[in-house]
Amino acid sequence: MVATERYSLAQSLVPLLNFRVVRPNVLIDINRLTMLDFVEEHDGGLRIGALTRHHTLETSPLVRYRFPVLAAAMQHVAHLAIRNRGTIGGSLSHADPASELPMLALLLDAEIQTSAACRAAADFFVGPLTTALADDELVTEIVLPALPPKTGWGFEEFSLRAGDFAVAAVAATLTGADGKIAKARLAAMGVGETPLRLLAAEAALTGQPFTAQLATEAAQLARDEVDPSSDLRASAGYRRHLVAALTERALETAWARAR
Amino acid sequence: MTERHLVRTAVNGVEYERTVEPRLLLSDFLRQELGLTGTHVGCEHGVCGACTVLVDGHSARSCLFLAVQADGSRIETVESLGAVDDLSPLQEAFREHHALQCGFCTPGMLMTCVDLLQSYPLASDVEIRDGLSGNLCRCTGYEHIVRAVRAMAAKR
Repeated sequence: MVATERYSLAQSLVPLLNFRVVRPNVLIDINRLTMLDFVEEHDGGLRIGALTRHHTLETSPLVRYRFPVLAAAMQHVAHLAIRNRGTIGGSLSHADPASELPMLALLLDAEIQTSAACRAAADFFVGPLTTALADDELVTEIVLPALPPKTGWGFEEFSLRAGDFAVAAVAATLTGADGKIAKARLAAMGVGETPLRLLAAEAALTGQPFTAQLATEAAQLARDEVDPSSDLRASAGYRRHLVAALTERALETAWARAR
Repeated sequence: MTERHLVRTAVNGVEYERTVEPRLLLSDFLRQELGLTGTHVGCEHGVCGACTVLVDGHSARSCLFLAVQADGSRIETVESLGAVDDLSPLQEAFREHHALQCGFCTPGMLMTCVDLLQSYPLASDVEIRDGLSGNLCRCTGYEHIVRAVRAMAAKR
């Protein structure tokens, strides 16, 4: 039984109410806190209010300019009617392991500002649908630090139908310098209990000149460092195969954009 | 006894005032409290799209929306588009292209298309199909709905 639920994640919460899976005694709707609906420049990065809708992130010129990977990922989130209502704060708080915004927060090293603390995305996602948030703690804004110059991005998702939950997805940012990869970040979702950084693959890429063979090797490392489960959508083995294929594609695209 | 809440909302340009339980969904509010049965209820968990309406001009699933949240909002349902003897251009395109058969999904399809046409270029069939992917139709195979939307997109 849940005593209280914050209500910025209505697109996920109301189905749970309709199925009587959760029966909150108190429900607090924060949709009228319009001061939490904003996207602003911040030291070359962005500050994004917790009540900012998915569709705003999809269409905001600032988001497209500073973090095109975020705008591109939003097109994979459900459907327009859901993106019109769903919020970044709600999605991060819900922490679905196959959801785009938690993975992007991890990829982009987001700081998640709450009513009580400033939390790093790396420490925020604890398990499936579980975060570090206390019961009375509310996400208020997300700070995305600036990406270095010459950073390219790739986002690859595989789902059974458009707008459905991802079977697996991989996002990458690569920063180029003197023909080499100065910095590599890779994150995956749908293949663990939380979104994951692909650390072995990142380490193999860093400092190396980009080649197709290097991308393949990194993709194999990525495949070997995830430990997905099987479910109705796909087997664990197929998900591992997807991680390799999606990583390779994301890296190729990211490098092409980095130069 | 559950506390009841006052909801004031403008639906299709008409002001309504009702006192409802906080758990009442907007879809049930429209159908049962206001008698606007054009909005259909399919899955009741945000998957089928049949209950799609516009809230303050933007499409939303009325089954994922509590009626109390609509207080102070402007709602448009399928009844806002046209009537049997006076179809809106979008409804006329659906008729002309045979974009419906049993009609159960049609109210949600129409309201979704209103928002798609105002939000996206819809320059390709891929984009139109992506846009329609949140609305399930078990009769048409979608092809004729795509044709109706394509015709409307070209006319804008």
